[in-house]
Amino acid sequence: MSQQQPVLRLENIVKTFPGVRALDGVSFDVQPGEVHALMGENGAGKSTLMKVLGGIYQPDEGQIIVNEQPVNMTTPLEAKDHGILFIHQELSLATELSVAENIFLGELPRKSFGRVDWTKLYAQTDEILSMLKVGFNARTRVGELSIANQQMVEIARALTHDARAVIFDEPTASLTDAEKVVLFDVIKDLTDNGVGIVYISHRMEEIFHMTDRISVLRDGQYRGTVETAKTNEEDVTQLMIGRKLDLSREALAHEFGETALEVRGLSCGNLYQDVSFHVRRGEVLGFYGLVGAGRTEIAETLFGLRDQSAGEILLNGAPVTINSPADAIAKGISLVPEDRKGQGLVLGMNCRDNITLPQIDKLTSGPFVDQGAEIKIFDKYKDSLDIRTPGWRQTVGNLSGGNQQKIVIGKWLSMHPDVLIVDEPTRGIDVGSKSEIHKLIRELAAQGYAVIVISSEMPEVLRVSDRIVAMYSGRIMRTFGSDEVTEDNLIQAISGLEGAQVAS
Amino acid sequence: MAGLTKKDLGQLFARQGILIAFVVFMIGFSIANTRFIDPDNIMGVIRSSAILGVMALGVTFVVISGNLDLSVGSMMSFSTIVVLDLHDKIGVSMAIPTMFVMTMALGAFIGFLVAYLKLNSLIVTLGMLSAIHGLTLTYSGGKNMDIADKEGTWFKVFGQGDVMGLPVPIIIFVVLAAALGLLLAKTPFGRSVYAVGGNGVAATFSGLHRPRVVFICYIISSFCVATAGLLQASRSLGSQNTVGQGLELEVLAAVILGGASLLGGSGTVFKTVIGVLILGFIQNGLLLVGLQFYVQYVVTWVIIILAVWLDIAAKRGKLWSPIA
Amino acid sequence: MKSGTLSTLLSRGAIWGFIVLELIFFTVAGEFFSLSEKAFMDVDNMLLLFKQSAPIGIIAMGMTIIMVNGNIDLSVGAIYALCAIVLLDSMTWPMFAGLGDMVIPVSWVLALIVGAALGALNGFIVWKTGVDAFIVTLGSMLGYRGLVFMYNGEQPTSHLNWTLVDFAEAQFLGLHTATWFLLVVTLIIWFIMNKTVHGRNAYAIGDNKTAAVNAGIRVGPHMMINFMIIGFLAALSAVVFYSESGSVNPNDGELYELWVITAVVLGGTKLTGGAGSIISTFGGVLAIQLLRKGLSHIGADTETVNLVIGLILIAVLFLDRQLNIKGKEELKV
Repeated sequence: MSQQQPVLRLENIVKTFPGVRALDGVSFDVQPGEVHALMGENGAGKSTLMKVLGGIYQPDEGQIIVNEQPVNMTTPLEAKDHGILFIHQELSLATELSVAENIFLGELPRKSFGRVDWTKLYAQTDEILSMLKVGFNARTRVGELSIANQQMVEIARALTHDARAVIFDEPTASLTDAEKVVLFDVIKDLTDNGVGIVYISHRMEEIFHMTDRISVLRDGQYRGTVETAKTNEEDVTQLMIGRKLDLSREALAHEFGETALEVRGLSCGNLYQDVSFHVRRGEVLGFYGLVGAGRTEIAETLFGLRDQSAGEILLNGAPVTINSPADAIAKGISLVPEDRKGQGLVLGMNCRDNITLPQIDKLTSGPFVDQGAEIKIFDKYKDSLDIRTPGWRQTVGNLSGGNQQKIVIGKWLSMHPDVLIVDEPTRGIDVGSKSEIHKLIRELAAQGYAVIVISSEMPEVLRVSDRIVAMYSGRIMRTFGSDEVTEDNLIQAISGLEGAQVAS
Repeated sequence: MAGLTKKDLGQLFARQGILIAFVVFMIGFSIANTRFIDPDNIMGVIRSSAILGVMALGVTFVVISGNLDLSVGSMMSFSTIVVLDLHDKIGVSMAIPTMFVMTMALGAFIGFLVAYLKLNSLIVTLGMLSAIHGLTLTYSGGKNMDIADKEGTWFKVFGQGDVMGLPVPIIIFVVLAAALGLLLAKTPFGRSVYAVGGNGVAATFSGLHRPRVVFICYIISSFCVATAGLLQASRSLGSQNTVGQGLELEVLAAVILGGASLLGGSGTVFKTVIGVLILGFIQNGLLLVGLQFYVQYVVTWVIIILAVWLDIAAKRGKLWSPIA
Repeated sequence: MKSGTLSTLLSRGAIWGFIVLELIFFTVAGEFFSLSEKAFMDVDNMLLLFKQSAPIGIIAMGMTIIMVNGNIDLSVGAIYALCAIVLLDSMTWPMFAGLGDMVIPVSWVLALIVGAALGALNGFIVWKTGVDAFIVTLGSMLGYRGLVFMYNGEQPTSHLNWTLVDFAEAQFLGLHTATWFLLVVTLIIWFIMNKTVHGRNAYAIGDNKTAAVNAGIRVGPHMMINFMIIGFLAALSAVVFYSESGSVNPNDGELYELWVITAVVLGGTKLTGGAGSIISTFGGVLAIQLLRKGLSHIGADTETVNLVIGLILIAVLFLDRQLNIKGKEELKV
């Protein structure tokens, strides 16, 4: 790619918050027509940088240069006016309004007396929609669209302004493979028209598939830019974490015990059908698949949050019905949920109270809570899980993501379950802590727990699992033994490309 | 701990601001009218705060668990009327438990709607405010209730009696506050109230029985309302059927003044007691300075807004809302 | 999400079905229980229904905007009473003595301004402090009522101006003055909600506030305008009613907020904001008023009516929840 004028250039951007230097002299540029990946662990500064570009924050030092003119953007609208458009990870749409009203949110074309110019609105919307070749029309209520289509509306909204640079933040998180293809086509259209794309993602496969250059941030500092074609995963990861990561499987030789949990023919309406698997003590069973494959719903059923419509669950050989989380806990099943902050923790309470919550009824002396016993439990898991916190009184909301996750794990380990289900163990956690948690999962298996790990990250599921269940659209496509699985056949299985289902 | 930053000081002031303002008020009132700090007056304030205070104890549980109860005022009218009516019909020793059962049945109904049917507590208790008001009027036939033989009954001990120099209402308030305070702060149930109010979904995921916790909070609240009704009925031995009208707002003001967040998950019984006393002294001060009861409405309004505003401001670190 | 459209359609249509049911019920029950000789569905009675719906109905239109916006206003009853006092009392002020009957529009305007100002205060506090609307208006429900009492203590405020009363009692083209006001207000608010930028923004803000803020919509002033609208409408409602009645007690308007909210929620507006329709609110208002009239037609007293209205609100909440549950999809949390 010839060295043309970059559409966007950042020079020495510095942004500080009280006590934290979130961005420490970050510089990089985006060429017209390129797809430029931005990578970095959580906390590296990516989202702060994006907010600076998006006009939500102003940099303390440094300049943003758009087409060779320095700009100062104080609102998102100003950023849009300069051609910097942002497609967020969490969609920001008004689901009750129509597609057209969402695309032109805040900028509805007006007639006199504050009336909306509906003709103009629909005409302009139709224009953009046909450019994106979408299947829905301007008057559809956004709430009725699929997630992928809603993302299209977001993209359409971004395109109401002439784009110079479009920033995508984890765009493929909720998409099927077919939908990803549509997205990549849109990106290609944009780049063909000279738009510069900034692509933020953790997914190495995508990054190496479709980006031209990769820039890496670490701890708020700019660590370098490499050409995608000339680098590999290991080198990029080294830039991100400053050390090489051992991506091979943590093999801990141990034996498997009896079957702790068996599921036969479990179904729940449209969510999952005819699911059968078993987990033995000492074993880690991984569940891999796309969002919507049904994995979390199975976990919810096992934990009493959802009733199955058919099938059996057997714990230690005996059939059981699980009516509620309290029931599941009593029967020896624990769940580390997907949404750490929304489902796993009471953010306003302190560390100790969060850990002891499920068994608070039993930690008593007389009618009162035995606070000494509580503290002992906290100390035990603080040490064994290496939870970094000033003390038990610390409010959990103030901990980092990795330490919060350890609190949740500690909470469930203290219940000594037979079966531990972990849903997305390292979502949103930095690479260093990720590795610790993977080690931990393998150790738990070695100690005799039966562990189920649900993950959407292939390296993770390959690393920690003894066997892997591949799901697609509510069905188990194939169950892989540890020697059978390769990245290719795993991807095939979860994309629904396999023919008949293969039994485990 | 790092040095105190300006933000820390701001937060400190916001949280203790109420206390500071209160102290300023007290000084101001004492200067304006020396009767304010007269021991008899102070005792009188505490005694009449007892009724509101008892109600506030129960509402504290409801608020910490993440809900509201706007029906407590009309429920208290109901309790007062019922116990006075039953007093003459079935005798004191039967009337009191019966009234408690009836009041708590109303509380159970509300608890059922909010906890098990998961209806919005603001609107439900607003509706129940009206429904219970109608119920009370229907029960009393629109007339006031009076006890026939005011002298001969031992019923008046609750509202008017003295034990070793301390008025009975104060004793009851203190005992109830201590018991409920222990319940909230030191027992597993109390812990679960904070968990359910702080994050109901996470509480369920941790095996807590969220509907049951919320339900019990409403039962506790209605028990406290019944107690308040008892004290009120016993104090005046006769009552209009609108005696509790508007109390729900004063109770809420006291709870808010005490620092409980209306979003749930924080607050304590002790803080509510402080809030009750602050409110009581402010109202007393206003009276002594010669202002009418409705001026209290305006003052309570300002207090509620200020207290919640400062609480929110302290949490977000900025005095003014960042909304454009 | 097809179930979403179906339940929206159901809940929109439901209110009219409910009204028909009420008409049938009370007509039939009226035959057995009524003390009066006239049938329930008599033309005059129905015209009266519209007139009697006006006080609650006018305010309910404003409440719809407020609730769609994601807010709530519990102080409308107090604003109503305060503006009524301003209306009646200002007609006796010495400074207007020389105006004769021209004092009427002056007093009207004064009352309306006071209403808008009280609403503006609510809106300003919500905007600038960030305190939730229900707490702010819970407080002003009390505070404004305090102002009502401060005006004249516990005495009623009265003034009868016969020109005004004649105007208020008149009928134009068969409809009462009050009915006309209700219809015009409904039309105007409908227009605002469906055809203007301000109205569409209200839906956007109530549906997804962050998205609205990021899109550059100025949420603060928007909310303040909405509170001014409802304050104005509460004043208008008072003006319409008290022009005829001529006397206001300091406790008047008590629990109006309950009636208004019940009507709006009955009409299908969501408590959480982002959805609601003026036409359905109109239906909700009629349904409530029909209930009041019907119950008194068959001999129930006001206490029973209060009881029933309170229970209806709860029943509506329950139904609303039922219609929104997605069955198997729901987690048991």
